[in-house]
Amino acid sequence: METVLEARDLKKYYRMSQSFFDRMLGREEKYVKAVDGVNFEIPRKNAMAVVGESGCGKTTLGKVVMRLLDATAGELIMEGQDVTNISRSGELKAYRRTTQMIFQDPFASMDPRFTAYNTLEEPMDIHDIGNSYEERKEIVMEALEEVQLTPAEEFIDRYPHMLSGGQKQRVAIARALILNPDFIVADEPTSMLDVSVRAELLNLMKDLMAEEDLTYLYITHDISTSRFFSDSISIMYLGKFVEKGEVGTVLDKPLHPYTQALLKAVPEPKPEMVEVIKELPIKGEVPDAVNLPSGCRFHPRCPYSQEVCEKEEPELREVEGRKVACHFAGDVP
Amino acid sequence: MSDPVLEVKDLTTHYFTNKGEVQALDDANFSLARGESMGVAGESGCGKSTMAFSLINQVQPPGRIVDGEISIDGIDAVSLSETEIRKQVRWKRISMVFQGAMDILTPVYTIGHQMKEPLHYHQGVKGKEAREKCEKYLGEVGLDREIFTRYPHELSGGQKQRVIIATSLLLEPNVLIADEPTTSLDVVVEAQIMNLLKRLKKELGISMIFITHDLSILSEVSNKLSIMYAGKFAELGGAEKIYNNPKHPYTEKLLASIPRLHKDVKRLERIPGAPPNLVDPPSGCRFHPRCPYAKKKCKEEEPEIREVEGRKVACHFAGQVT
Repeated sequence: METVLEARDLKKYYRMSQSFFDRMLGREEKYVKAVDGVNFEIPRKNAMAVVGESGCGKTTLGKVVMRLLDATAGELIMEGQDVTNISRSGELKAYRRTTQMIFQDPFASMDPRFTAYNTLEEPMDIHDIGNSYEERKEIVMEALEEVQLTPAEEFIDRYPHMLSGGQKQRVAIARALILNPDFIVADEPTSMLDVSVRAELLNLMKDLMAEEDLTYLYITHDISTSRFFSDSISIMYLGKFVEKGEVGTVLDKPLHPYTQALLKAVPEPKPEMVEVIKELPIKGEVPDAVNLPSGCRFHPRCPYSQEVCEKEEPELREVEGRKVACHFAGDVP
Repeated sequence: MSDPVLEVKDLTTHYFTNKGEVQALDDANFSLARGESMGVAGESGCGKSTMAFSLINQVQPPGRIVDGEISIDGIDAVSLSETEIRKQVRWKRISMVFQGAMDILTPVYTIGHQMKEPLHYHQGVKGKEAREKCEKYLGEVGLDREIFTRYPHELSGGQKQRVIIATSLLLEPNVLIADEPTTSLDVVVEAQIMNLLKRLKKELGISMIFITHDLSILSEVSNKLSIMYAGKFAELGGAEKIYNNPKHPYTEKLLASIPRLHKDVKRLERIPGAPPNLVDPPSGCRFHPRCPYAKKKCKEEEPEIREVEGRKVACHFAGQVT
């Protein structure tokens, strides 16, 4: 299958601010390794889900892919072209026509003084699409119909406060689609919405994938939606992928202890569990990303941790049809 | 089952806005026994939070409890004056963990300072005694005692949520209302908080009301379940019965819209349309414009809530269509 986006050893470090004394004393600079050497390929018309807890670097990864942030190291290849360092405004502008983003919070990502028409017209203005008002209006109407905001005449002049959360997110999707991109980064597009609206939007995004030849990077903390929406899944922990593979393979038999713990924590509609206190195999919360644990980053929270885990960092390797970064993948239950 | 701790009869709360009377909660009836938990589910704007605020009698104007009775430990909480409610009911007998509770901690005071406040106000407990009590409850929710001297910005989201839960337990209430206690938390932390609430319910015998739109979380913590739609109960009964065999079309659709972890699905079930405007709710059954089984009768006649197969359902055709 044809690869749309490829990332090779992608890194994004944030430098911590240093005090005057630290600088005078020549102390070592500290970095937050938000994304620390990530590799992936996404084939056309596929969706890859990136799942992890908050602070694991998944949103940073999305922003680096969007080129809203510059990568510290590594390569980002979109449709065969290296886009890691394009910076001349023309190149970056062209890149934005192919790659668009849907943000998490539709309540915050829209200008309250813009009607749906204004919101959708702005990208056309920037990219010189459509010459007259009539032409642009037609494109906007089409886009609104595409995201099932029908009849479009009724929605075109509405301000964000006149739309429900689900409708706002539909306008946000229309805004991302109006330039006919090939690739979409969706950063938790449904986490602010109700369950029934969430289902509707995920259905819509999936339909658009087939109709518009879209490829998605789907960032979420909700693993159960990734089962429905995406083809492949990558579990991220402190800036690294710890397990990646086909959605079914990974979720039906997770091999990394972190994936196992995440899956155990997901609530499933099972009323017979009411009186049972769930056993959670991991303790505590994600450690500080500045002082990363030695060896395997997960070892302080891992129930199977051994001596080697403290010393050596495991590489991603092929085990049972997926890639896992664990010394004992396949050996522990 | 033992005597109910909380009994609610015909509770009705409306908001009197410029655009008209918003019928946010209509004729809610239920009771809760000691150590029992009830989950309340529904889409946003269905009246879940209004019900919670009505139960602690703290509906913000222009809202007001129009009708009904709330009896907590035999005390009628609706007819009491605000001062009496503060003295006798709120936080003492029934307390609440608010939605987005982590954001209600003031950044300029230590956790301890904020936790001690209700103790001082309600029981006149101060100083060392208050500190000991706070630390005891911090331990109860699985936090370190030294959190007492920390500031909110030093804590993670999960820790803050635990502090709020500990504070709500300080006056030893019989009923705890948790309004979306885990939204905005990660799955692992969410599971930890849910475990904590389950443990408190078991060990301290507190009755709980969980409010959320996420049915999958509710299934893990509630004995009873009530599904709300447009300010009314659509279905009410034992959690197991409702999960395994929903009788109201709305419940059925809501359950089907949850993406499952271990099942491949081609399409998620959705409920077409949006919840109605409660200033002018639809005639007859409030769900009929979105109901796939709606018939003429549903448009004309409002269904009474009635017993069907061991639970209460407000649908004319419950048991026939679902």
